[in-house]
Amino acid sequence: MELRSNAPTGPIEQSWDKHKFELKLINPANKRKYNIIVVGSGLAGGAASASLGELGYNVDCFCFQDSPRRAHSIAAQGGINAAKNYHNDGDSVYRLFYDTVKGGDFRAREANVYRLAQVSVNIIDQCVAQGVPFAREYGGLLDNRSFGGAQVSRTFYARGQTGQQLLLGAYQALERQIGLGSVKMHPRMDMLDLVVVDGQARGIVTRSLYDGKIEVHMADAVVLATGGYGNVFYLSTNAKGCNATAIWRAHKRGALFANPSFTQIHPTCIPVAGEYQSKLTLMSESLRNDGRIWVPKQAGDKRPPNSIPESERDYYLERRYPSFGNLVPRDIASRAAKAECDAGRGVGESGLGVYLDLTDAIKRLGKQKIAERYGNLIEMYERITGENPYEVPMRIYPATHYTMGGLWVDYNLMSTIPGLFVLGEANFSDHGANRLGASALMQGLADGYFIIPYTIGNYLATAKPAKVSADAPAVKEAVANATAITKKLLNGNGTRTVDSFHRELGKIVWDYCGMARNEAGLKKALTLIPALREEFWKNVRVLGANEEFNQSLEKAGRVADFFELAELMCLDALDRKESCGGHFREEYQTPEGEALRDDANYSYVAAWGYQGEGRPPALNKEPLTFNYVKPSQRSYK
Amino acid sequence: MKLTLHVWRQKNSKDTGRMVRYDVPNVSEHMSFLEMLDVLNESLIAKGEDPIAFDHDCREGICGMCGMMISGKAHGGFKGTTVCQLHMRHFKDGDVIYLEPWRARAFPVIKDLAVDRGSFDRIIAAGGFISVPTGSAPDGNAIPVQKQDADLAMDAAACIGCGACVAACPNAAAALFVGAKISHLGHLPQGQVERDRRALAMVQQMNVEGFANCTNIGECEAACPKEIKLEVIARTNHDYIKAAFVERPESTVGGAG
Repeated sequence: MELRSNAPTGPIEQSWDKHKFELKLINPANKRKYNIIVVGSGLAGGAASASLGELGYNVDCFCFQDSPRRAHSIAAQGGINAAKNYHNDGDSVYRLFYDTVKGGDFRAREANVYRLAQVSVNIIDQCVAQGVPFAREYGGLLDNRSFGGAQVSRTFYARGQTGQQLLLGAYQALERQIGLGSVKMHPRMDMLDLVVVDGQARGIVTRSLYDGKIEVHMADAVVLATGGYGNVFYLSTNAKGCNATAIWRAHKRGALFANPSFTQIHPTCIPVAGEYQSKLTLMSESLRNDGRIWVPKQAGDKRPPNSIPESERDYYLERRYPSFGNLVPRDIASRAAKAECDAGRGVGESGLGVYLDLTDAIKRLGKQKIAERYGNLIEMYERITGENPYEVPMRIYPATHYTMGGLWVDYNLMSTIPGLFVLGEANFSDHGANRLGASALMQGLADGYFIIPYTIGNYLATAKPAKVSADAPAVKEAVANATAITKKLLNGNGTRTVDSFHRELGKIVWDYCGMARNEAGLKKALTLIPALREEFWKNVRVLGANEEFNQSLEKAGRVADFFELAELMCLDALDRKESCGGHFREEYQTPEGEALRDDANYSYVAAWGYQGEGRPPALNKEPLTFNYVKPSQRSYK
Repeated sequence: MKLTLHVWRQKNSKDTGRMVRYDVPNVSEHMSFLEMLDVLNESLIAKGEDPIAFDHDCREGICGMCGMMISGKAHGGFKGTTVCQLHMRHFKDGDVIYLEPWRARAFPVIKDLAVDRGSFDRIIAAGGFISVPTGSAPDGNAIPVQKQDADLAMDAAACIGCGACVAACPNAAAALFVGAKISHLGHLPQGQVERDRRALAMVQQMNVEGFANCTNIGECEAACPKEIKLEVIARTNHDYIKAAFVERPESTVGGAG
């Protein structure tokens, strides 16, 4: 299959404006004749639903939580980037574009990234107007801070709760449309299948989590904004409910899945405490602005941190990367922490941890300033670990946090199924092989507020989707498929719980397709995963019935999809015989242990097509060309 | 440690429900409260018994999805802590714990400890917003906001909509929740245009949903995991009373231009 990015040609600075002008419009009176389904209500889905409702479309928005305000965007702590250059420190749209392409290790599409940097400034304006209480200076103007991987202060923030405040802004805009009747909200609904009629996405099959009712919802276009698949690792910083079912089932209906192996391991999370651990908690990397990361120089040094003298500490990030120090991008910081722990210098009971030390910052700025900046994070840490970071350095370790891979989309954010659009973390996105801090919120809102409202109109105006009856064979088949999966899970009658399977799957993926990968390990994972999946279908125990509030059944369906996705991740990681960004193949590294890209052979987006049960997926390649930012080895030294 | 739990079990909204006793051995002090329930549920499934339904999602105290009464206290009653952030080190061997769902007419029970809080969404839909369609915003720095106002707005905006305030209130009032949104938007210059309408619409919807009135008891403030202050309710009252005086019917004079 030839993948057409539909990215405009010509000078990149003008490409989005030119493209917007070329997009067909729908007259305001006709918009209300179109129905649009949006699945997901986070920054991307919430912003899209609100904006499309404002334009006059009939929107149906779905989420699995009890309210759209719960979407996991809410948990983002640190901030949102925008090229405002309010601080006169040399920022510009071009620099944000440059940083993002480079930070992504040259595996993103240039035109998309440029557009993202361009609309970043509009996002801040929009959010301020909605009443998002961003941090302010005494003069009343917006405050900024610098954030992982950037040398300018372009990050806007609302204490340590930026995601929450941006989401509440989008949620309030969405609720306003719900009140006005242009958006109908469907909470506690899982999307179980995509309805494709005559090659076009025309609806979804849902299961009500209240009573198990399976329903069909038809539309002229479907937008998926369902987030990432980090929970494939079981332990991640994602919310417990985050899942890949919507995108995976759309993939099985023909949407290509791009770069599944590009996952981001966040360097600053609270280490695992025990077997019962249900999720990992992120400590915003904004802490890296003021915290210094270190381990004891001596392997196996079990002294308490405060009795290890300065001369026996190794501030390894500052030593290895003098110009970026503790602010190196996430993939680099994570791998460096792993290397220290693998060498036996890790701290804490498990030895899987490094210190993040605020002592110097407290001396320099005073406890109050530190409390003002990070108070909520410090409290959260204390609540979970029982240790006080003002007195004892925090212990941190990397954990899965974000997935750069996702459904392949063109410049219009449309997948390979016409009429199926994918936004935010759910698409393969603008972050290439590694996402910079404070860029996920930016991308989710860019897609939802400022891109999909333009591009979906063009699709509807040009494709002119015909009327489809809800009795069409494709619709019935999709309903039958969703019902059959649910039945099969309930009839399992096995002995093992869903969680125990999920935990075991997660461990395989973490061990062999996590922070460092190699051929032997990936091949091993590719035998372990199908075997475990087979056992899952034979031996899983899901109690209760479909026609009730059944949380085990919800989980089971999601885990079933994670099994298949995990396999594709490993295949993709095996295919990509290079290291780039979050994908680190041990066979391909520089003598200093840095990622070694192979631009001659792997400068492409790997987009995988589903070929049916038991058949290997087909690899399609979208070649990447770089006309503006010349690929080079990333150096943060 | 070993704990005894008495848990509210209710199959669905029509079931009458009852307390059921469970013994939970081998609880580690490092577990979160919800992880303790996970472990109990795993053992129930192994025995072929229906696991306890409870709502939760982010498990880091920000999404607002979790919440239950723990021995009569919302989220367990620890300062600034949601139940997902509550750790077992606060309990001791032999403790007997009672778990119940939020109790309020406006929060019907779905199953066991899970309730329906759609009424909160409908209150926001009635007026908890600033009307600013996408694309119509001026530059972010065009509207300076005093730092103190921005901070006060942020204090109120920290509300996670969990419903603990309602559950803790003897009247099952939603005054703290409504006050938090009215204060968040009311402290900002952007929120002034719709301030009167907002107060009237949100209070009206609050009444429609079946929340009772506030009688200034203050349980809500004590229970709030985000430590929203009681003063937000004073602000609602102020805005509502003022709006009730100045409200005029909308102009009906129209016609094509």
